[in-house]
Amino acid sequence: MAQLTMIQAITEALRTELKNDENVLVFGEDVGVNGGVFRATEGLQKEFGEDRVFDTPLAESGIGGLAVGLALEGFRPVPEIQFFGFVFEVMDSISGQLARMRFRTGGAFNAPVTIRSPFGGGVHTPEMHADSLELLMTSTPGVKVVIPSTPYDAKGLLISAIRDNDPVIFLEHMKLYRSFRGEVPEEEYTIPLGKADVKREGTDLTIISYGAMVHESLKAAEELEKEGHSVEVIDLRTIQPLDIETIIASVEKTNRAIVVQEAQKQAGIAANVVAEITERAILSLEAPVLRVAAPDTVYPFSQAETVWLPGVRDIVETAKKVLTF
Amino acid sequence: MAANKSQQLDPKKTLQEIEEKFEMFQILNEEGKIVNEEANPNLSDEELVELMSRMVFTRILDQRSISLNRQGRLGFYAPTAGQEASQLASQFALEKEDFILPGYRDVPQIVWHGLPLYQAFLFSRGHFMGNQIPEGVNVFPPQIIIGAQFIQAAGVALGMQKRGKKAIAITYTGDGGSSQGDFYEGINFAGAYRSPAVFIVQNNQYAISTPRELQTSAKTIAQKGIAAGIPSVQVDGMDPLAVYVATKDARDRAINGEGPSLIETVCYRYGPHTMAGDDPTRYRTSDTDSAWEKKDPLVRFRTYLEAKGIWNEEKEAEVIEKAKEEIKEAIKKADAAPKQKVTDLINIMYEENPYNLDEQLAYYTEKESK
Repeated sequence: MAQLTMIQAITEALRTELKNDENVLVFGEDVGVNGGVFRATEGLQKEFGEDRVFDTPLAESGIGGLAVGLALEGFRPVPEIQFFGFVFEVMDSISGQLARMRFRTGGAFNAPVTIRSPFGGGVHTPEMHADSLELLMTSTPGVKVVIPSTPYDAKGLLISAIRDNDPVIFLEHMKLYRSFRGEVPEEEYTIPLGKADVKREGTDLTIISYGAMVHESLKAAEELEKEGHSVEVIDLRTIQPLDIETIIASVEKTNRAIVVQEAQKQAGIAANVVAEITERAILSLEAPVLRVAAPDTVYPFSQAETVWLPGVRDIVETAKKVLTF
Repeated sequence: MAANKSQQLDPKKTLQEIEEKFEMFQILNEEGKIVNEEANPNLSDEELVELMSRMVFTRILDQRSISLNRQGRLGFYAPTAGQEASQLASQFALEKEDFILPGYRDVPQIVWHGLPLYQAFLFSRGHFMGNQIPEGVNVFPPQIIIGAQFIQAAGVALGMQKRGKKAIAITYTGDGGSSQGDFYEGINFAGAYRSPAVFIVQNNQYAISTPRELQTSAKTIAQKGIAAGIPSVQVDGMDPLAVYVATKDARDRAINGEGPSLIETVCYRYGPHTMAGDDPTRYRTSDTDSAWEKKDPLVRFRTYLEAKGIWNEEKEAEVIEKAKEEIKEAIKKADAAPKQKVTDLINIMYEENPYNLDEQLAYYTEKESK
């Protein structure tokens, strides 16, 4: 089995689906000859031709509109938004158009579109590149939102996303692109959307997270282990829809939970998870469900990133509050 | 390379020269006389009668829609009178396989392209079945976000090009819509890919109340096509023959692989922006109204057809009668549509319901069964 980085796993998924389905089209700014600014589409134009993998003019709204139109013609578009901080330019195409296509037409049309986009902090980007804006997407009925945390998950989830007949927003954390390698099978495989993954089993506390924070949570779990606490870590993988079954089963087992997100506290993915747990499993809880999140400021200038982003220490401290409640 | 010393820096002159080249294209003048015989499309008598019949039908549809709205029997409606040539003569130049992406005032084009009239009424009434476009009818539901249809049309056109289809995507907006970013992105994307799209701006002089002069300093909206590097033309939008020829010409070019075109149709909406409380007397004078009514597309086309001996009062009365009958039938059919339920809406969100919608479906199924 090959050891791949997440970005290589993503390229593999794109290659697999470009091969499998001639209706799959990959496009965006600099995705062609340049292979994307992160090389996610490296070599794909050469392999599949300019008709299938192509550059667009520099206009995000236009890229979103193009995806709508191509979907109407029966294609399976996989556009890239170069950085998710630019999503404000394409909000209408996503939330106003793609997400509503099946609904607006009473099922006459659907939008099998996967929008890929890098995001996430810790890599010293300029403004509007690193923000965690996934809440904008999860507050949009009609789309699914996927955030992988490992190379293996990235490949399987992206293949599922492309095959899905509804729009999927596939967000790729920049810090995870090349920070480590993982085993990725060469053959094709899928991971169902809406299915969380228990990345570590435990009995005293459940940490629920997604994206880069999964790795911080795993590190925190190890530290807590040293102090005698058995900690379960759930990687949501899909943040819309949530995998309620896995979350609730875990909380019913551990009776204590915290939710960790990289986004600002007010950007309430974690809030939503807390609400679901409260509604469904309050009698199983021995302590309040606490959140670890970034402060409610605008995403910081890059020099302040490391203090601003939630980290192992924040998670351990919050976990202890819940464990000792 | 040495600079040409005789060259003067004069961007103003360049602009003037470009703007002077955008003359309004006309074939049939206000008196119903052919003023541009060379450009006459020489439609057959049957075609001329058919186009006239559609314009008369649509004028009646507009009148009936307004009165149904006033009786509280229609809902959302954007009046179309005054724009019949612009809307119907452009659609008349299309083939069935061409795909229309309409704005919210462009319901007549999609009806004549195959959308059953009762569904147009259901759209007005806010029933989801109105937008359930039947298989084989190549239209998208009316767009509410002004300009969004322009970038989507670029996408449909690119898709057609990739499929090797001999068909075009055609889309409509207004003078106000031509100020949107999506307008520019749409014509620019289609231009960059040389996709078979036809972009129509129906310049009906007002974006709700904002006059055309306030939208842009450009003398014509047509000239905006220059910036995208695509052929563009301004036509008399009250002249059905000019609109037909411009659209047909743009379509032919698109089919031949020569890329997209922009057409500005200069026209006027007689009625309010929509029936939801807009009062045109706040921003237009009756003098302006009557000046435009003299250019009426139906009046001039009627004169032309009568002079050719292929149209008369009886023929028109027949069409009006038929229109009233069909509208009545369509309303009856719309009345018979099932009452809309939350459960119906839940089931058209995704191919398969996620857990939250499944739970909500159970809740509303119970609630709606009572």
